[in-house]
Amino acid sequence: MTFALTSEQQQFAATLHKLLSDADVPAAARAWADGDHAPALAIWTALADAGVTGLAIPDEPGGLVDLVIACDELGHHPVPGPLAESLAAVPAMLAGLGTGPARQWLAELTAGQAIATIAIAPHVPYALDADIARLVFWWKDQKIWKGQPGSRHDSMDPSRRLYEVRPAQELGAGQEATRPLRYGTLASAALLLGAGRGLLDAAVAHAQTREQFGRPVGSFQAVKHALADVLIALEFARPLVYAAAIAVEADSPAAARDVSAARVACADAARLAARTALQVHGAIGYTRECDVSLWLAKVRALSSAWGSQAEHRAAVLAALTEPETGPWN
Amino acid sequence: MSFRAEARAWLTENVRKLPSVNTAEGFAAHRDWERQLAEARLAVVSWPEKYGGRDASLGEWLAFEEEYYRAGGPVRVGQNGLFLLAPTLFAHGTEEQRDRILPPMATADEVWAQAWSEPGAGSDLAAISSRAKRTDGGWLLQGQKTWSSRAAFADRAFGLFRSDPAAERHRGLTYLMFDLRAEGVTVRPIAQLDGDQGFAEIFLDDVFVPDEDVIGTPGEGWRVAMSTASHERGLSLRSPGRFLAAADRLLGLWEQAGAGRQSLGERVADAWISARAYQLRTFATVAALDAGGTLGAESSLGKVFWSDLDIKINETALDLLGPEAELDEEWTASYLFALAGPIYAGTNEIQRSVIAERLLGLPR
Repeated sequence: MTFALTSEQQQFAATLHKLLSDADVPAAARAWADGDHAPALAIWTALADAGVTGLAIPDEPGGLVDLVIACDELGHHPVPGPLAESLAAVPAMLAGLGTGPARQWLAELTAGQAIATIAIAPHVPYALDADIARLVFWWKDQKIWKGQPGSRHDSMDPSRRLYEVRPAQELGAGQEATRPLRYGTLASAALLLGAGRGLLDAAVAHAQTREQFGRPVGSFQAVKHALADVLIALEFARPLVYAAAIAVEADSPAAARDVSAARVACADAARLAARTALQVHGAIGYTRECDVSLWLAKVRALSSAWGSQAEHRAAVLAALTEPETGPWN
Repeated sequence: MSFRAEARAWLTENVRKLPSVNTAEGFAAHRDWERQLAEARLAVVSWPEKYGGRDASLGEWLAFEEEYYRAGGPVRVGQNGLFLLAPTLFAHGTEEQRDRILPPMATADEVWAQAWSEPGAGSDLAAISSRAKRTDGGWLLQGQKTWSSRAAFADRAFGLFRSDPAAERHRGLTYLMFDLRAEGVTVRPIAQLDGDQGFAEIFLDDVFVPDEDVIGTPGEGWRVAMSTASHERGLSLRSPGRFLAAADRLLGLWEQAGAGRQSLGERVADAWISARAYQLRTFATVAALDAGGTLGAESSLGKVFWSDLDIKINETALDLLGPEAELDEEWTASYLFALAGPIYAGTNEIQRSVIAERLLGLPR
C-alpha cells in the first residue's frame, strides 16, 4: 500500500480545487436551495469534463482513491446534488447488474451525460434530488427498480431535497445492496472530510480577520486550541478514508470494516468542525448569509445518511472479532 | 525470511515478563534484555551496521516496532538514549562522539537519562537556569534538573545548560552529556502517582564535563535541542504498534465482559479506529520522510492524538473491568501512566498552540 498521493493525484486535486474555487460554489448552492439548479448543473458538467464521473468504475486501477480525492474537494466546496449517489453508489450498482441497459446507463454516467440518484432501503430511504436526476433507482428487499420521483421531503439542509421513489421497472433481483452501500458510504465519508476542511478554512480565515479587544480573535488561546482540535480530527480521519478506498478496490475482506471506520471518523471530525466553525464565527455564523450554513446542516445530514454512526461502529466491532479482520490486519 | 518474519520469530521465542523497570532489580533485568536484543542485532535496527544496527529503513523499523508490541516486549530501558540522544548525535554530533557513544548505547552498557526540565522550567524550557561554567578543558555544571526518567538507575544523562547568562533566553545554551556517577551529582527519585519512582531530580554541584561531551557548538544548544524535541513528539516516541496492541487487549476485555458492559462496544470500536488511524498516518509520514521530507510542526498533531487515545483506551478498559478495575495491576498502572501523556514530551496545550500558529497560521 502506498501511503503518499502520487504527483498525478495531487495535480488532480489541485485541478478540481481551482475549478471549484473559480465557480462560485456558494452561490450555486444557494441557488439550488432556491430551486434554481442551473449554476450547479454547470459545475457538474465541468466536473464531468475533468473526469470526476468516471472514477468509481471498478476496473479502473486507482480510481477509488481518485474518487476520494474528488469527493474531498466536492465537500470542501459545498457542491449540491446527489454526489455520493451519482458518482459512487449508482455506478457500483450498475456495474454489478451487468445487463445491457445497465451498461448503457453506466456509460452515460461515466461520460457525464446523466445524473443518477438512488434510494436503498432501509439505510438510504429517500433518493436525493430525484427531481433533477435523469436516472432514479430504488433498491429494496433484494430487488432493484428504476423509478420516478414520488413525494418530496425537505431536509434541514435546504440544498437537499429527498424523494420517495415510485418504482416503475424491475431491473434485477436476489442480491443484497452491499456494494452500492459501500461505495456510497465511502463517497459520503470523503464528502464529510472535505466539508470539515471547508469549515476549518472558513473558521481560520474569520479568526484571522475578525478583531475584538484590539486583536484578531484567532490570537486568543481558546480559539486556537479549538481549531487545533479540528485539524487533528480531520488529519487522522483522512488516512482512514484512503485506506478504505484501497480496500474496497481490492475487494479485501476488511473493506466493510475500513469503510465503516472511515465513515465514523470523518463524520465525527466534520461535526466537530461544524460546531467549532460556528462558535468561532460567533453570531454571524448563525446567519444564512454566512457560508458556514452551507456546510453545517449538510454535515448533520450526511452523518445520518448511509447508515448511522452507531451502525458503523457496530460493523467495525463485529469485524474486529473475526480472525480475518482482526485489529492487526 | 523477511525482516518482519525474523523479528516475529525471535521475539516470540525470547520475550518474557520482567520485574518493573523502576526498581533496581527490574532495571538490571531490562538492561540484560537490551543486551540480548543487541546480540540478535535487533536493538537499534535503523542505525548503521557499524554501531550495531542493520541500516533498516523507517518502514522496516516501524514493522519491527509493531512486532515488538504485538509480542508484548519489555519497556526499552535505553529509550531516552535510543530515541532522543541518538538522533541528536546523528544530526549534530561529531564522528568521534558517535563512535564512542553509540555502541555502548546499543548494548545498554550505557543507559541514558534525559536532564531537561527544571523546577522553574517545564513548558518554558528556555527559562532554564542550571549553569555550565567554562573551565580548563571543559565545563562545570551547577544547578538542578527534574523529571528525569529513570535517572535513579541510569549511567549518563544529557541536557541543556546555560553557558552564557548574559545572553537572551534561547541563546547562550549549551547541550552537554554528563556522567550520573561523577563527583558532584546527587540523584533523588520522585514518588509518582502510580507509586513507582521512575522519575528523579538531579542536583549538580560543579560537575565536570569535558569539551568532547558537548554536542554542537557551545551557545547553540537551543537549536540542537529543538531538533531533539520534534523527534520526541513525533515518530520516535510512540510507535503505532503500541496502541494497536493496547486496542487488541481492549478487544479481549470486551469479548470477556458480561452482558452489562456491552454498551461499551462503541468505545472499543473507537479505540481501534483511532489506533488504526495513527498507524496509517505514521506510514504516510514515513513515506514522506523517505521521499526527502522533514518532520516539523506536524509532529504536534500526532502527540496530542496518541496521548488522548492512550487515555481513552485505558479508561474504556477500566470501565469494562467494572468493580474489578481498581484491583487490576496492569491496567491501573497503564491508566495512571497514560494520564501523564498529555503532560510530557511537550504539554498538549503547547502542542495545540504550535498547531494553531504554525500549521493553521493563526497569529502568535
